[in-house]
Amino acid sequence: MKQLMLGNKAVARGFYEAGCCIVSSYPGTPSTEITEEAVKYDEIYCEWAPNEKVALEAAHGASLGGRRAACCMKHVGLNVAADPLFSISYIGTDTGLVLLVADDPGMHSSQNEQDSRHYAIAAKVPMLEPADSQEACDFTKQAFALSEQFHTPVIVRMVMRICHSQSVVDTCERVVPPQREYVKDQSRVMLPAQARKAHIRVEQRTKDLIDFAETSPLNRVDEGRDHSMGFITSSTCYQYVKELFGDTYPVLKIGMCNPLPVKKFQDFAASVHRVIVVEELDPILENHCRMLGIPVEGKSLFPMVGEFSQSLIASCLGMDAKTTQAIADPIPPRPPVMCAGCPHRGLFYTLKKNNCMVYGDIGCYTLGSFAPLNAMDLNVCMGASLSGMHGFNKARGPEYEHKTVGVIGDSTFVHSGMTGLADIVYNNSASTVIILDNSITGMTGHQQNPTTGYNIKGDPAAKIDLEALCRAMGVRRVRVVDPYDLKATDEAVKEELAADEPSVIISRRPCALLKNVRHQSPVQVDTDKCVGCKACMQIGCPAIAVRDKKARVDTTLCVGCDVCRQMCRFGALVRPDGRNA
Amino acid sequence: MNQPVRNIMIVGVGGQGSLLASKLLGHLLLNKGFDVKVSEVHGMSQRGGSVVTYVRFGEKVYSPIIDQGEADLIVSFELLEAARWLPYLKEGGQIVTNTQMIDPMPVITGAAQYPEHLEEKIAEKARLDALDCLELARQAGSAKAVNIVLMGRLSRYFDFPEEDWLESIEACVPARFVDLNKTAFSLGRNHTPA
Repeated sequence: MKQLMLGNKAVARGFYEAGCCIVSSYPGTPSTEITEEAVKYDEIYCEWAPNEKVALEAAHGASLGGRRAACCMKHVGLNVAADPLFSISYIGTDTGLVLLVADDPGMHSSQNEQDSRHYAIAAKVPMLEPADSQEACDFTKQAFALSEQFHTPVIVRMVMRICHSQSVVDTCERVVPPQREYVKDQSRVMLPAQARKAHIRVEQRTKDLIDFAETSPLNRVDEGRDHSMGFITSSTCYQYVKELFGDTYPVLKIGMCNPLPVKKFQDFAASVHRVIVVEELDPILENHCRMLGIPVEGKSLFPMVGEFSQSLIASCLGMDAKTTQAIADPIPPRPPVMCAGCPHRGLFYTLKKNNCMVYGDIGCYTLGSFAPLNAMDLNVCMGASLSGMHGFNKARGPEYEHKTVGVIGDSTFVHSGMTGLADIVYNNSASTVIILDNSITGMTGHQQNPTTGYNIKGDPAAKIDLEALCRAMGVRRVRVVDPYDLKATDEAVKEELAADEPSVIISRRPCALLKNVRHQSPVQVDTDKCVGCKACMQIGCPAIAVRDKKARVDTTLCVGCDVCRQMCRFGALVRPDGRNA
Repeated sequence: MNQPVRNIMIVGVGGQGSLLASKLLGHLLLNKGFDVKVSEVHGMSQRGGSVVTYVRFGEKVYSPIIDQGEADLIVSFELLEAARWLPYLKEGGQIVTNTQMIDPMPVITGAAQYPEHLEEKIAEKARLDALDCLELARQAGSAKAVNIVLMGRLSRYFDFPEEDWLESIEACVPARFVDLNKTAFSLGRNHTPA
């Protein structure tokens, strides 16, 4: 049956059709919907793991247990999962194991633009690159088959534009291979003596895979009428090249980008006068050509940075740009903002007010860095807020220990903040940790995590008690505060910053977008009392504007969180129920 | 068929419901036998940022995205967004927009100004069909139905029978909201600007 499917949904369909039984993932844009779609199939057990390393280890364990298994992550998640990946490459697998990684050229929702193809090369595992939803489904299925044929984990690399584009998919039935028996085999114990033998097997495997790559239809030539030029390309860039040139020039479309064939490249290059390599991010295909002595043009024409498009390629090739029109006025940008009623707002306002040095982390709360709050000094990667703050405090001593905080979300804390807290406690810095507990993994679109009390299906699950956990780790000062209460939040921040020992503040209030969160009536403006001082504007709420020197509340956005009301010294912001205490 | 690929952009502010609009459009176009590609933005931009969805259809569609100067039609959920994406419109292209104005944060903080008289300025550059979709959505019974009001308006620029659009609404929205959305669709399609 033909359906319009998001690339991510098509990968999940591929899991289903391939008989995959177990999926363990950590959410991360643009990969999140794969696992959210996979869980809709009752036949597939799915879970949110605490982080990507755990997810890959769990998926590998499942394949060791004889069931086809997969795990999904965004590109930076693969940094976290790299440790098991390299060893699992050596150990190999008998039952299909597929790792799905989603890159984000253009950084639509990411902190860097790293190219995951390097991981396939470094870990010596095959990598497939779909160019639309149909291929996302088909290549995922083929990845399981390749994994079993060559006894290796296989990576399927998506990019944001494939993940989040819908195109037509012709679906098939699910076929489940029988569960493989578990047989004890100590060649899987990666002690040096075994690992040395394993490395030899891995090198032979790569040779066998190159032979496969020479004949596999995963790498194919689209014939063209005009051989004055030929393109070597893959993934979404293939679509842009075809959009521009159709069947005019021959195209070598690479569906398996590691390991790459040799003769196929040489034959293609020999068939055209000018070889142009089109790939986003790093010159992987181009460098392969150069290693083979094939003269090509690639990054001499196209950027290393950002997402490509048909126009960008046309312009790099010297073709004319399309005519456009625009109005003369400057268009103000519209950056993403903390939602109205976001529980992080009150906390970040308090940090700004206390002139804190704020070590940030990865999540919705990174939006606290934007104006007017500007309450974040830096962020690095998942968990770095705590370990980074610890090192900073060691370098600068008590003066900064009393003004520096590390802010981290509930899901990020479990992902890789706990080890940073262990460093703070064990190596004793008087660091102040703020866990922003909004009862959900927010930025990626509301996924459950080990602190929410629910699993991926929304069924009740064990719930990690953050207060008990922090105390068990040796933090004596642990307190909970409601960030909607500015006075209490201010007190908590001041007192814990002053303490000469590690402390944890849990800023707890569920995300205002959660379905089960009851909203209060919108705040109203008493225009007689409003003097237009704009104090309420300091919290950066999208529901408040000042027009004609009076505050105005957008009632379609306001959820009645009451934070703005606490900013007003004139009593001009009022609750409709009259409870203005 | 052998028609050239047509390009439609759906633009707005994160959270306004553009994903349902593109789902409905994609469903309809696939049923009409076209090859279709729809490209969306998820993640951080959905938190109140400027969002864009590309819908392309024809006999064979390669690229999932639309570049500057390529859109046949831009559907905008918000007036400033219509102006922002105007350079993506083809010469002679059509803009269908909600007249609602939502201040972006730089305007709220006073760092930037919301341009004045945008309707007139856009109309000087392109064919413009502007209507107050929020008001029509409220008439239909929910402010959230702005997306379907706009789809109703968009339907005037296609040759497909109205029943096909209504069938897509039935297929894409939960059963209990079908009637409300059909009303919203009809209000958008038939509204005559005062």
